[in-house]
Amino acid sequence: MIDAVGNPQSLLLLGGTSDIALATAEQYARQRPLRVVLAARPSERLERAAERLRETGSTVTTVAFDARDPDTHAEALDKAFADGDIDVALVAFGVLGDQERLWTDVDAAREMAEINYVAPVTVGVLLAQRMRRQGHGHIVALSSVAGERVRRSNFAYGSSKAGMDGFYTGLTEALRPSGVKVTVVRPGHVTSKMTEGLKEAPLAQSPEQVARIIVDSVRKGKELVWAPAQFRYVMSVLRHLPRAVFRRLPF
Amino acid sequence: MNNEHKRLSGWGRTAPTTARVVSTPDVEAIARAVREAGERGVIARGLGRSYGDPAQNAGGTVVDMTALNRIHSIDADSGVVDTDAGVDLDRLMRAALPFGLWVPVLPGTRQVTVGGAIGSDIHGKNHHSHGSFGSHVLSLDLLTADGEVRTLTPDGESSELFWATVGGMGLTGIVVRARIAMKHTESAYFIADYDRTADLDETLELFGNGSDESYDYSMAWFDAISSGPKLGRAVFSRGSLARLDQLPKKLRANPLKFDAPQLLTFPDVFPNGLANRFTFSTLGEIWYRKAPRKGRGLVQNLTSFYHPLDMFGEWNRAYGSRGFLQYQFIVPFDAEDELRRIMRLIARSGHVSFLNVLKRMGEGNRAPLSFPTPGWTITVDFPIRPGLHALCDQLDEIVLGVGGRLYFAKESRTTPEMIERMYPRIDEWRRTRAAVDPEGIFRSDLARRLNL
Repeated sequence: MIDAVGNPQSLLLLGGTSDIALATAEQYARQRPLRVVLAARPSERLERAAERLRETGSTVTTVAFDARDPDTHAEALDKAFADGDIDVALVAFGVLGDQERLWTDVDAAREMAEINYVAPVTVGVLLAQRMRRQGHGHIVALSSVAGERVRRSNFAYGSSKAGMDGFYTGLTEALRPSGVKVTVVRPGHVTSKMTEGLKEAPLAQSPEQVARIIVDSVRKGKELVWAPAQFRYVMSVLRHLPRAVFRRLPF
Repeated sequence: MNNEHKRLSGWGRTAPTTARVVSTPDVEAIARAVREAGERGVIARGLGRSYGDPAQNAGGTVVDMTALNRIHSIDADSGVVDTDAGVDLDRLMRAALPFGLWVPVLPGTRQVTVGGAIGSDIHGKNHHSHGSFGSHVLSLDLLTADGEVRTLTPDGESSELFWATVGGMGLTGIVVRARIAMKHTESAYFIADYDRTADLDETLELFGNGSDESYDYSMAWFDAISSGPKLGRAVFSRGSLARLDQLPKKLRANPLKFDAPQLLTFPDVFPNGLANRFTFSTLGEIWYRKAPRKGRGLVQNLTSFYHPLDMFGEWNRAYGSRGFLQYQFIVPFDAEDELRRIMRLIARSGHVSFLNVLKRMGEGNRAPLSFPTPGWTITVDFPIRPGLHALCDQLDEIVLGVGGRLYFAKESRTTPEMIERMYPRIDEWRRTRAAVDPEGIFRSDLARRLNL
């Protein structure tokens, strides 16, 4: 259960090796050790992440979860909920990919769309079912500013984020009567394993900075946040630029 | 039978969860709800005055007990009332007063049900002279997990389950009815003495020198914001129910008269942050100054002596949507140094509390989870703000370090490990509970959170 001052007792990270997800878990664990379930493809990296979190005094278990195989999602989530209620669930998996390949190669485009859009939707449905049943819970969906107005340089990725963002924004409303909360987080450029080798964009931030925003938003019950917060205003302007101007912007 | 899904929270308005709420005056229908509870279980709820989460049950069933509210009998001679558990203490008091009977234990509000009073084993300003609520219960009817109702008494064969139910936070079953030994009284008024103390030393001295022993009721409101020399200054009040011959002439004609006006109900419009250092220290200063420096033999009614907050409906709304928590702990008498340390920590923390109560507690009873033990109890209210978590954790450590404990009716944020160490008899209670409810049908968010 989440307590009066906003400490959760259990956390599910879908995308259990995501830098942002792990930074969020560490931040929670620093306030008070908790039960963490890491859901990801089995790998050494996953085991290392689990080990790192155990050092905070938290109880950590791992569940095999493959975003590309939606038929297995229900089973994975059953396992994730098997040890008790999940107070906060992060939907934090996703791929960036080679943006030029993503709109020229059918297989690459399809795989990206399945991981970034189809899987978050199936997972969202399954999380919603389970959290409604337990009568409480908080879902955090990691979207991206790239989905808010797609641009030429990464529109394939952006379109998948636009789709998942729309789904979770709607889920926020659909779950409102049940008391289950949803927070959609739209980070800008995050310096992480996902963006390794890419040039840093303006307002770039670390996974820890995004994690702080996630923890704070869950505590305050915010439903839609940008990371960093200034992006809200940046995007508000960008969204309304005429296409002729938008296209000429240097990013 | 009324049956709907609702979001529920405690009086602190924190951590709401959703449950199916069943409301019915029919005990058989409640038994059916228990038998059909399913894996998320069931818990009884009274008027929701516990601050945290004991009367909510996420994803499960919550039985609204206020629908079960008949007073079956009041015996003026023996002083015994037989009442449904959903009756609240305000109604019970108004019904019993014409017979010269007084509710033996009243907490800081009368807006609690008899069932809740038993489940939390509530105490009042007269704990040092009269003990807690459970000590005045002659028998109770408990609806258990098997759907049966059994009558339990404090002594004899059923005593173990009786005392596990007293203070058991509703986790042994649902109290549906109880017989309570009321206190005889000649009037509904108090004869009260007031003292204003200048600092914490003087406050503890007044409590410690036995000056409240000849009074049934005593407590101190203290200043938890001023640090420095004013730290712990207090308004110390003591009193007892007035005998007829102590009343002024004009009150003698109708000594059992009681009317408690509710002046206003707070609307739900208060912003977060209104409860701050400025507003609270101003209120505190007024509260302190309005008390007589040394008042003696004042005749007061229950509202002014005991329940000033009952003049305001839904006053918890003043804390805004983020809500607040009440931190109540008890430490043994010899822990005065820690008490001082805690007061200093609070005053310097930047977290502000206006409703602060200090009280000397008497002997506890036999209930394994009952809160009161001999010692000092302190109650403070904090609006939820960043950093409150760390302050409370720090206070927990000090309280535990001297063998103190937290009060379940107020608790909303500690850890299972803390509770385990604060209540050394918890395993004894768990065994009793497991025997009567092996599947753990009676469950609440509190029970889940603290792994009770």
